[in-house]
Amino acid sequence: MNMWLNFLIDAFAFGATFIYGSTGEILTEKAGHLNLGIPGIMCMGGAGGCLVLNMIGRSDLPPFLIVILGILGALVFSMLCGLIYSFLTVSLRSNQNVTGLALTTFGVGLMKVLMIKLDATIYLVGPKQMYRWPFAGRQDSLQALGVLFFMAVLIALAAGWVLTRTRIGLNLRAVGENPATADAVGINVTRYKYMATCIGSGIAGLGGFYYIIDYMASQEAYLSVEALGWLSIALVIFALWRPPLTIIGSTLFGLLFSCASFITNIPGITVTMAMKPLLQMLPYVVTIIVLVISSIRNKRENQPPASLGLSYFREER
Amino acid sequence: MSKANKNGVREPLIHLSKRDSIHPGKALVIRLIAVVLGLVVCGLVAFLLIERLQQKPERIGDFYYSFIKGAFGTSRKFWKFLKNVSILLCISLALTPAFRMRFWNIGGEGQTLIGVLACIGVDFYWGGKLPEPLLLVLMLLAALAAGALWGTIPALFKAKWGTNETLFTLMMNYVATFLVSFFLMIWVTSGSGVLPQMKTGKLPTLGDNSYLLIILIVLALTIAMYVYLRYSKHGYEISVVGESVRTAQYVGINEKKVIIRTMILSGALCGLAGYLIGAGLDLSVSADSVGGQGFTAIMVSWLGKFNPLAMILTSGLIQVLNQGAAQISQDFDVPGALPNVIVGIILFFIIGSEFFLNYRVHFRKGKETVK
Repeated sequence: MNMWLNFLIDAFAFGATFIYGSTGEILTEKAGHLNLGIPGIMCMGGAGGCLVLNMIGRSDLPPFLIVILGILGALVFSMLCGLIYSFLTVSLRSNQNVTGLALTTFGVGLMKVLMIKLDATIYLVGPKQMYRWPFAGRQDSLQALGVLFFMAVLIALAAGWVLTRTRIGLNLRAVGENPATADAVGINVTRYKYMATCIGSGIAGLGGFYYIIDYMASQEAYLSVEALGWLSIALVIFALWRPPLTIIGSTLFGLLFSCASFITNIPGITVTMAMKPLLQMLPYVVTIIVLVISSIRNKRENQPPASLGLSYFREER
Repeated sequence: MSKANKNGVREPLIHLSKRDSIHPGKALVIRLIAVVLGLVVCGLVAFLLIERLQQKPERIGDFYYSFIKGAFGTSRKFWKFLKNVSILLCISLALTPAFRMRFWNIGGEGQTLIGVLACIGVDFYWGGKLPEPLLLVLMLLAALAAGALWGTIPALFKAKWGTNETLFTLMMNYVATFLVSFFLMIWVTSGSGVLPQMKTGKLPTLGDNSYLLIILIVLALTIAMYVYLRYSKHGYEISVVGESVRTAQYVGINEKKVIIRTMILSGALCGLAGYLIGAGLDLSVSADSVGGQGFTAIMVSWLGKFNPLAMILTSGLIQVLNQGAAQISQDFDVPGALPNVIVGIILFFIIGSEFFLNYRVHFRKGKETVK
């Protein structure tokens, strides 16, 4: 019994990475921008947070301040990336796919150059326990959940509420569906696009930071952030562009991802090593199936925003 | 300080209008300015990142010289440069027909990787049992078929139900990656996960240079693709579908047929790139065989305005930057990923410069009012 509980909690903890990544991407996509830079942004968020912790990790600052400053570092770096992306795609109306891919190339590269200079004994060893508040030091599996995990759940729920229940959310969705109409009713399209992209990037960046500092808490963790970024983009489709659904989706992704290593512990089931990659493939296959089914059913509310991927130029409408 | 015209409406500081066309010389100047600005920013970023440069700022000249040295320094480096350009160009050429019909195939990585996997798979099971020429042909056919299959699956769903092809092809990349890991688990019994180089199924060498054949194949493909897109009926249909699906339907083009046909071609050519990597270079396969070039190729194709001849230049530029930055990493003792940072920065500037090619910027002038 306990084994199953551990498995579930591990899936929750792992899933929080995706909650951040895909909630961030949903906000951007709701403004009509398919941001393929999310993997790079998540990497930069991780690098930014660790860079700050590398400076203050051993200082005498109170723990809560260290936690907050680390989060701020992640936010600043990833939002700067979001700013580059939105300047190029919103103001300069560049092709979104190409800009996003360039940002991913840049972000992943810069993170690798930065992270190798940092000292894991400073940025990781001490702060790791602070981020596990309030369960730090417990012997059971609950110790895997910390501040950043609960923040992820709250952010996803809040984003869902803002998108569907507030005026701001309504306006944002209008911008993503049909910017010309939104512009005509007096919504500042440019401002909404910038805000959604930058806030979305900040949220996504926290995902990379969480994965490095809390979930994996290892020196090599940063090398796998990029792959998780791509998976976060996949999860957006899976969650049908609804932030609260990312919580369920990412737990499922977490289960599928960790079942590959977990399944060998279950008595009665024998899997060969060769099966492992096939199990790891499952999240992507499931995503494809969801994408296909939602396009066949063709229900309006389950579709991508109508103007996703298109730039808006007022004088061309 | 707000300026208002007679009606009290504020005139915006910056006003944009779309250009109809731009003089090619002017376009070239804008692009060159972008690259130069990008290189300046690269220098600044390098100054922040590289300690050796902070200690000896006068070595900044060496920094820029490394870009030339990395690709053209020795004849060995130059051949390597030509080979790298060829492979990248091959994948870019493969993606181009799809892009021209506005089918965002970002699955080049997976389509190429599955091509490598298929051709090495044939080599693994039949290598040594079949005569070498027959084996090479079978490997080629397997690579083409596998790439085509990987490209056609998303196209079928796009044509039938309008399934988003960007996201679909993106996911197919990862299915391919894990398939490679799966087969490596089966093929490599030692458990190291690294497939040793095959003894059979190597593309023949022309003259004394092992890269020459690959370079010539890709050169021929470039010209063929240029002719296909520009002068053939298929190429014309692709352009019409890309411009407007409704126009295509009106003039009697079956756009579903065009989408599927073009993606078979696109995927198969990615498979060809996989064959060149598998049979021509690596003689092995790993999850990293394509190494992100499938994604870089998207940018190469777009930067070249989907024109095969221009793409020779853009893939060349990317590889000069890549090899130059690798040289810098070596000369200045910077670990690993610096090329990505430099390519990323230059790309930002080139992407941004496109705006000034497509739009004219008017600033608000003095006290004049809007006409």
